[in-house]
Amino acid sequence: MSLAQNKTLTFVLNDPPYENARTTTALRLVGAALRKGYDVNVFAYEGAVALPFAKQAPHANAVHGNDAAAEDHPNTKDWVAALLAEAGRLGRKLDWINCGLCVDERGVAEAIAGTRRGSPADLWQFVGKSDNTLVIPTK
Amino acid sequence: MSRKVLAIVESAYRATLEEQDDPVLWLTHALKGAGADIDVLLRGAAVSYGARGQDASGLAFGTRAQTQPPQLERDLASLAGKGAKVYLLKEDAATRGLRPDEVAPGLELIGRDAIPALFRQFDHIWHW
Repeated sequence: MSLAQNKTLTFVLNDPPYENARTTTALRLVGAALRKGYDVNVFAYEGAVALPFAKQAPHANAVHGNDAAAEDHPNTKDWVAALLAEAGRLGRKLDWINCGLCVDERGVAEAIAGTRRGSPADLWQFVGKSDNTLVIPTK
Repeated sequence: MSRKVLAIVESAYRATLEEQDDPVLWLTHALKGAGADIDVLLRGAAVSYGARGQDASGLAFGTRAQTQPPQLERDLASLAGKGAKVYLLKEDAATRGLRPDEVAPGLELIGRDAIPALFRQFDHIWHW
């Protein structure tokens, strides 16, 4: 497998966490791109700005008979944090921007470290500096 | 940077009453303001955005009235006014009973067979 050194992909994510399979698929694509040597930009729009919301909390699962520790539920903020850490380990860059207005109307300003607030102008900057851009829309 | 983008809007009336606009049309406006060269193709249920004379006013919960309902026809006209082309898929409009004379001015009806040639004009196709 050849590495795509100095190449950059931008992903636009739209879906909120815990709603459908597109979120997991999108984060898997981000991880795969990093492992293949791409730098990755993410522009989180609409509900996707809740993916790195710092106040997400794991919970027990009575149906599984597990307390919170045994359930070991990775919240999406943990997946985003893990991708940011993996990017660092691989020497790649993962730049995650949350649409600021989307953050405000949802009250999810407290995002995990390594993500930042931005605007559509940042998305357009991403597009201009990327080899390609993939929109993963909500439905 | 010269990247030309075609935004295909298919999901319609998604959060329009909550957001008081369509989130993708809003983003398209914002990107245009940031210097993007971006056009729009309305397809599927979103062709209804091109219908003249829509009125989404009147929503209220208790005493909280929505005073700024979405005006998609206005938003599309203003996008066209900024230099974006707004295409509307002819067959999807016909399927939904939207006649050409009911389509807002400034929008361009385009047939399905013209789509490949349209796509060739763009660097990015973003399907929302």
